Amino acid sequence: MPYIANTSEDQQAMLAAISCADFTDMWRKSQVTVPEPPLLNIPEGMSEFEVISKLRKLAAKNATELHTFIGAGYYDHIIPAAVSEITGRSEFYTAYTPYQPEASQGTLQAIYEYQSMICRLTGMPVSNASLYDGGTALFEAMMLAIRTTRRRQVVVSEAVSPIFRKMLDAYSSNLNIELIQISAGIDDSAQKELLKAVSERTACVIVQYPNFFGTIEAWSEFNEKVHEKKALSVCSTYPVSLALLTPPGELDFDIVTAEGQSLGNNLNFGGPYLGIMAVTEKLMRKMPGRVCGRTVDSEGKDGFVLTLQTREQHIRRESAMSNICSNESLCALSALVYLACVGKQGLIQVAELCAAKAAYARQLLLEIEGVEAVGGNAFFNEFVIQLPGDAAEIVGKLIDKGFAAGFPLGRYYPGRKNQLLVAVTEKRTKEEIKALATALEAVL
Amino acid sequence: MKLIFDKGKPGRRGSSLPKMDVPPENAVPAQFRRRTAAKLPEVSEQDVIRHYTLLSRKNMGVDTNFYPLGSCTMKYNPKVNERAASLPGFAELHPLLPQLRRGGALTQGALEVIYETQRLLCELLGFADCTMQPLAGAHGELTGIMLIAAYHKARGDHARKVLLIPDAAHGTNPASAMVGGFITQTVASDAEGNVDIEDLKKHLGPDTAGLMLTCPNTLGLFDKNVQEVCRLVHETGGLNYCDGANQNAVMGRVCPGQIGFDVMHVNIHKSFSTPHGGGGPGAGPVLVGECLVPYLPVSRVEKRDDGTYTLRYHCEESIGYIAPFYGNFGIILRAYAYILTLGREGLKRISENAVLNANYMRVRLAPYFDQKVDRPCMHECVFSAAPQAKKGVHALDIAKALIDRGFHPPTMYFPLIVHEALMIEPTETESKETLDEFIDALIEVVKLVDTDPESILAAPVTTPVRRLDETSAARNPNLADI
Amino acid sequence: MKYYSEEHEWILVEDDEATIGISEYAAAELGDITYVELPMEDDDVIVGDTLGVIESVKAASDVYSPITGTVIEVNSELEDNPGLINESAEKAGWICKLGNIDVAELDDLMTPDAYAKYLKTLA
Repeated sequence: MPYIANTSEDQQAMLAAISCADFTDMWRKSQVTVPEPPLLNIPEGMSEFEVISKLRKLAAKNATELHTFIGAGYYDHIIPAAVSEITGRSEFYTAYTPYQPEASQGTLQAIYEYQSMICRLTGMPVSNASLYDGGTALFEAMMLAIRTTRRRQVVVSEAVSPIFRKMLDAYSSNLNIELIQISAGIDDSAQKELLKAVSERTACVIVQYPNFFGTIEAWSEFNEKVHEKKALSVCSTYPVSLALLTPPGELDFDIVTAEGQSLGNNLNFGGPYLGIMAVTEKLMRKMPGRVCGRTVDSEGKDGFVLTLQTREQHIRRESAMSNICSNESLCALSALVYLACVGKQGLIQVAELCAAKAAYARQLLLEIEGVEAVGGNAFFNEFVIQLPGDAAEIVGKLIDKGFAAGFPLGRYYPGRKNQLLVAVTEKRTKEEIKALATALEAVL
Repeated sequence: MKLIFDKGKPGRRGSSLPKMDVPPENAVPAQFRRRTAAKLPEVSEQDVIRHYTLLSRKNMGVDTNFYPLGSCTMKYNPKVNERAASLPGFAELHPLLPQLRRGGALTQGALEVIYETQRLLCELLGFADCTMQPLAGAHGELTGIMLIAAYHKARGDHARKVLLIPDAAHGTNPASAMVGGFITQTVASDAEGNVDIEDLKKHLGPDTAGLMLTCPNTLGLFDKNVQEVCRLVHETGGLNYCDGANQNAVMGRVCPGQIGFDVMHVNIHKSFSTPHGGGGPGAGPVLVGECLVPYLPVSRVEKRDDGTYTLRYHCEESIGYIAPFYGNFGIILRAYAYILTLGREGLKRISENAVLNANYMRVRLAPYFDQKVDRPCMHECVFSAAPQAKKGVHALDIAKALIDRGFHPPTMYFPLIVHEALMIEPTETESKETLDEFIDALIEVVKLVDTDPESILAAPVTTPVRRLDETSAARNPNLADI
Repeated sequence: MKYYSEEHEWILVEDDEATIGISEYAAAELGDITYVELPMEDDDVIVGDTLGVIESVKAASDVYSPITGTVIEVNSELEDNPGLINESAEKAGWICKLGNIDVAELDDLMTPDAYAKYLKTLA
């Protein structure tokens, strides 16, 4: 039998050692007396070759050869080969959470370096070891703000990812949290209206930077006003964009979260992804999730441990900062190796390529008759265009031509049925962008 | 010890990127640009590979050492599963594709994997339906709790605010209950770690939303009263949640859905062989009985009459979106490969051998430790190092001494109801020879408690670092090199 | 006068002010203290309310107020030096001072002698 080491002789010897006649006797003595299920609808086992052949066939039914211009928070970036070489080392991926630090210095130092990398990128002083994804990270940020301020009102801009906002909705439904959503424009996350909604009852304001429509906005003055009400300011960000943009830490955000998939992680049809969270020094001891600290051993040698564990569920149970236990350690390792590989100049180059190609694509698409600009004053690598008809229909036609042309906004913003959110990464060539424009023109 | 930041020099590069083939202008105005570049490393690709390869060698993993970490099910992670997850047809698939018109046709293979894995889990665990969305075990707990809340809410039963949790439970249970908006009450365990039925009866009432039960329990024992416990909770109008962290013990032998549980999660990264990744990612699918099906999260994968698959987004009573998409697909895929490989018979052999290995370990080690309960266990055995602690050598010290002998230590100090606990879970993938080597090493350590305790207190001595100063780490946290 | 609670807090009453901390016994039980979460000045508390949290590496213990009152001062030295509680739990390691106290509640607490006897029952 695959993956079971004991031979039948071993099993007999061991059954004898535990004074059981056979497995039936063993179950009986372990007090498992419920009837054994027949499992008739589970097939017979298959050989390794048969399994991988079956899965290859299933994989072939998925189209990954499309020219993709969909983003909406999940981006098709280049991943250097070195990333999977390191995450594929089984000393990393077959280890458990590093609760025995002497036997886990590899994982621990990697987490410490990851935390450092996130701090350097976001301009925040403290990062945790990762959360599940960008959406759950935003929920955790909201809960952190509620714990800290002891207030239960949360104000969210509709220019925050609708996928994340739906998750906030679901999670807060039983929690006596007043979640106020403020409608926003493409170029303006509704800063004025958000500030109007902020009061002495507000735990935090949640915005996205760049916003869901790709737009970059100024936040310093905004955050100053949020802080006047002693509320916290939370932003969800796109890590690759921070190679070019002023880091959120310099804009006075209190909590920064992100979907970290864009840093060296595959799209994986929805996961595993990487929840990034970074906070101010003041919030460190109320932050959820594991965190690694640098210390010394009994001989004074540098080393690393999981620390501030009293925040966590295995110690504080129902009073813990969160219920999170498993995180996304291996995805954090991907992000770490990615950032180390592309490095200081490389990440800027990636971001410059994305931004230039997006600007070029927007210009080309706007030259098509019937396609119009919506916002677009300042954006990174994603922008919105207005099409002369239902964007979902048009995208459907382009799928048949081999293009995933973008994300139709009507799905989450009913008033924006004809609008399309287009993302361009460094992977897309000038030829692909031109071909997209030609194809779009042809289907209009 | 050098960090990656301490290596390299200005101008050194570790990657190559495509040339700028469009005009370099962009739409990022000067006032929004960062003034100084993020201080990322400037190293060569070889520097990166060497640095992290050397780091990897400072780890113990299942592939390098026996790793009998109780309640974590550190079984072998089959390589064909890794191969499957890296197929570009899965790894490079954008999750929004099926949400585009005509995009569903381009993701049929991935949707089939999700649908089929759900179906197989339902069959294996005895439930009506399943969601693959929860991203980890604790996330599955929270999802299950939200389903219980939705159930009571839909019935207008607003008084049910209390979740009952045995004192032997994992910390995630009470923490998840809190995040889900419930109040928790602790139910006592009897000497065998089973639910104390009399204490349970005292807590049951019109405010009972449900009971969260780890089955088999955290002492590694199967509660023979589990059906009676479930019946009592049902009688008062509550629901039964099964924490499936220990499912490896009864895989193919017990269907929790058929003995009184209404909802459960399984840890894919435990029972279904996906790697722990140094702390994640995992996956925690949630299975439900008929009564909870209407509340499952959206989107739902459905099979059409013509055999194709589609996503359904609108379910009137759904608790909504608990994950951005369809769960940790890459992990689900590995589990699917695992189930296909083992098949009906193989799945049954897992639990038989997991339980056999644990009992063999228990019988051979019993003379050297205290046992709270002296009867056959399930997939793990729990000892108390109280006799050694009396002599000044604690469970922690024994654990460190095992590291020097090439073994990852068992779980220490859990469950909380056992003093100086050492919890050993060998799993079915380990051979009798490996168990014997571990047992001999542990006996050697126990004997040293009498003859040379200092050597155990000094352990580990073979590791890259000795025991670390956790107090100063927590007093003056150094969490980043900035 | 000094009193103790069953939860191992001590309270020293001088005039109409009370100084509160945890006993030497409790400090020793907790081990090396790594962090103290202090109450906020002006917080009103009643008997049994949480005044703060004392953390060691592997435990977090709530500090319960043995008396009703208003927080008038906190020992901010503990923020930088939580080990002060290990060194001097019943003097320099005090946690906070309460004003506005209800002295009648002191009757429910233990005298130093009674507390010493109580500790023996725990051993």
